[in-house]
Amino acid sequence: MSAPADAVAGEVVLRLTDVVKTFPGVRALDGVQLEVRAGEVHCLLGQNGAGKSTLIKVLAGVHRPDSGELEWRGRPAAFANPQAAMRAGIATIYQELDLVEDLSVAENAFLGHEPGRLGFVRRGHTARRTRQILARLGHPEIPPGRLVRHLPAAGKQIVSMARALSHEARLIIMDEPSAVLAHDEVGNLFRIIRELTAQGIAVIYISHRLEEIREIGDRVTVLKDGRTTAANLPARDTPTRDLVARMTGRTIEYVFPDRPADAPPRPELLRVDGLTRHGEFADVSLTVRAGEIVGIAGLVGSGRSELLETIYGARRSQAGTVRMGGRTLRPGSVGAAVKAGMGMAPEERKSQALLLGEPIYRNVTLATFGRYARLGFTDAGRERAAAGRMAAALDLRPRDVRRPVRTLSGGNQQKVVVGRWLLGDTRLLLLDEPTRGVDVGARAELYQVVRELAARGVGVLLVSSEVPEVLGLADRVLVMREGRVVREAPAGDLDENTVLDLVMAGSLMEGAPA
Amino acid sequence: MTETTPTTLPAQSPPADPAGTAKARLSWWRGDGGEGAKRNLGLLATLAVLVVIGVLTRPDLYGDASWVWGNTLTILKLASVVGVVTVGMTFVIIGGGIDLSVGAIVALAGVWCTTVATQSYGAGGMIFSALTVGLAVGVVNGLLISYGRLVPFIATLAMMVAARGLAAEISDKQTQVSNNQFINGIASTDVLGIPLLVYILAAVVLAGWVLLNRTTFGRTVAVGGNPEAARLAGINVRRHTLLLYALSGLCCGIAAIMLTAQATSAQAAMANLYELDAIAAAIIGGTLLSGGRGTIIGSLLGVVIFSTITNLFAINGLSTEAQNMVKGGIIVAAVLVQQVQFGSLTQFLARNRATTT
Ligand SMILES: Nc1ncnc2c1ncn2[C@@H]1O[C@H](COP(=O)(O)OP(=O)(O)OP(=O)(O)O)[C@@H](O)[C@H]1O
Ligand SMILES: [Mg+2]
Repeated sequence: MSAPADAVAGEVVLRLTDVVKTFPGVRALDGVQLEVRAGEVHCLLGQNGAGKSTLIKVLAGVHRPDSGELEWRGRPAAFANPQAAMRAGIATIYQELDLVEDLSVAENAFLGHEPGRLGFVRRGHTARRTRQILARLGHPEIPPGRLVRHLPAAGKQIVSMARALSHEARLIIMDEPSAVLAHDEVGNLFRIIRELTAQGIAVIYISHRLEEIREIGDRVTVLKDGRTTAANLPARDTPTRDLVARMTGRTIEYVFPDRPADAPPRPELLRVDGLTRHGEFADVSLTVRAGEIVGIAGLVGSGRSELLETIYGARRSQAGTVRMGGRTLRPGSVGAAVKAGMGMAPEERKSQALLLGEPIYRNVTLATFGRYARLGFTDAGRERAAAGRMAAALDLRPRDVRRPVRTLSGGNQQKVVVGRWLLGDTRLLLLDEPTRGVDVGARAELYQVVRELAARGVGVLLVSSEVPEVLGLADRVLVMREGRVVREAPAGDLDENTVLDLVMAGSLMEGAPA
Repeated sequence: MTETTPTTLPAQSPPADPAGTAKARLSWWRGDGGEGAKRNLGLLATLAVLVVIGVLTRPDLYGDASWVWGNTLTILKLASVVGVVTVGMTFVIIGGGIDLSVGAIVALAGVWCTTVATQSYGAGGMIFSALTVGLAVGVVNGLLISYGRLVPFIATLAMMVAARGLAAEISDKQTQVSNNQFINGIASTDVLGIPLLVYILAAVVLAGWVLLNRTTFGRTVAVGGNPEAARLAGINVRRHTLLLYALSGLCCGIAAIMLTAQATSAQAAMANLYELDAIAAAIIGGTLLSGGRGTIIGSLLGVVIFSTITNLFAINGLSTEAQNMVKGGIIVAAVLVQQVQFGSLTQFLARNRATTT
């Protein structure tokens, strides 16, 4: 569908030379070179903490570089603030969505530049233009008046895109946009990106999924430790080994740890019977044994996350029971679930899991600090030591656990959330998109950790939008569609295409499965 | 650089790693208040400026060492009652709430403990009833907010009106004189040359500091910045919300005894606008109104700064109106200074340390 890499002939719209940006104690960018041409999809690749998000924040006027040159459409430029960057034609969709939850879709799309007359917002006009943009984005069904709070993650992202399009952008930057999307949504995203580039708009695209970069990207720039290690590689033809090696200094891709050769059947840990929440999922029954990894595949909106949250007691079921080790749990009580040995890493880390201003170690021990306390007195030293070991096990960067979580890169924040439950006496771990935003190397480490936990007898219930992840990691797979389990089978009996067919049957599908 | 060594999980039970633990031990006393400590330095600087202004405007008084000592005690005494209330308020605000009813609770507890009937039980009965009334009203606030799901602002606003009303009802809008010598003595007794009220403030501040910084309860307070994350981590957020308001109510009960002792009487209009003084002091002290961040020491400094200003105006014989305008200005200035200067000062200090990981 898109042109080969060397056919990118657009003029250079953006050029960065030797850009440096330091934060207290960290050189986040340490000499970055980047060249982006009109009409291309330029991919940024790099491990967690490599500096990708920092780089785009420099472009978006959020951070000011310490040194280096930024050339925008042939002229040296410096953006004092995000408004200046936007006026110049650079729109950004951030990794952590930055929507105002209590404003409507239209208000968010036009936030800061509402069409107005004499100081009055022209609501009808705003709504109309929002509807046009949403239609262009392939989502005419989202009502412009709906509060963003009530949209699912994928819907929120569409609103972020709408905001970018509401400006007359020449360059649109997308920081891990596909992380919140399911397969068909990714297809839709790619269709939109192709439309944009056909109009001569340049796109900077960040993702940890190499197959996406191959599908949509034209050229790739690789960052490592804040430095450009390779620039303008052809996205399609550069061997994966080369890309990974330049990112990490080593050569691995997805490695799923081996499943243990027939382990003796262990006792049943979790039994869910006929669990129902109207409009979300219906009549779901499943079991997880000790030491077993059960994966749930399905589209965003198929009720997977809601199911997980209901099992965990964060939502109250309307029918059905959840039993842990034979004992029925009180519905709608997270406390009861945690006491029974459950732990959950939720889907949206920023709003559901992290205290951004608190130090790393306090986030890691959020569920367990009582265990390090004596007679109600906390012991920060022991907590830090425990969190430090966790940081080492998950290769968290930076290692200093007294830093506020706010200053970590997206993938490292995710490791903090997962690490939290590895500390406790968790017997059943509910993981909702555990590798979202986690880089290739750390991903392999995370898989290894999950496997080790299982080997120790911990049960794992895993939700992931990445089918290969579910198939590679889980022992048994449930496929969900529209709130119901449509298939249950050992992971070995399924392949990616079968799962995709099951998941998407009946839904209108855009784009090809990767 | 990443090694390809296979990941090994730490043991699920703590210890091992003696070096790390020892290092952690060493830094125990430092706590995690790095940022807070720097902010508090700024507050101390403000305080120093106020003292310098005092010295410049009244060099005659400041020349006399015994006057300076006496005046310092006056300032602390002035700060003591509001200080106790502010400790409770700081907990509530860090926990993501607000308590507008503190002044009213102080009045209700003060009036309740000085009725003829209560006074007949002696000092013990009076103290007990003041603390119980404060605690009980706090619990009602907490129940309304945590289990009744009322917005803290609304619930405590309603309580503010209701508690003052009840206090007026009980006292029949009269001033109730305290005839109990022990209670009245609380305000007039000095121990080792320092007023007992100042000891009470110190005790409450110390208890509050330990509770916030060294206990599991304090940890659950600090999650006020993101209650959803706390809930999903298995913390019983509602129960802790309830406890926060109960704690604030208890502080008000203590303050009621102190204030009654100072005035040797109680009335429904006492402790007027204490809620605003307490909130202002907490904010000056660096407590974030949206919750999640704040320190007890900062709040204490905030209260002391306010009473120093009051004192400054008093020794110069200036009007209260001008004083209130200055206080308003100080609130704005303090917040601005914290946002701008100390942000960059923190960065500057940290950069010089250059701890690259
Ligand atoms: N505001 C900040 N203060 C201090 N350090 C920061 C800040 N923002 C980022 N950093 C640090 O800068 C480095 C680069 O972070 P950045 O978010 O750019 O990584 P990234 O490449 O986007 O990673 P990811 O793939 O995990 O999103 C990290 O070490 C991070 O901890
Ligand atoms: Mg990032």
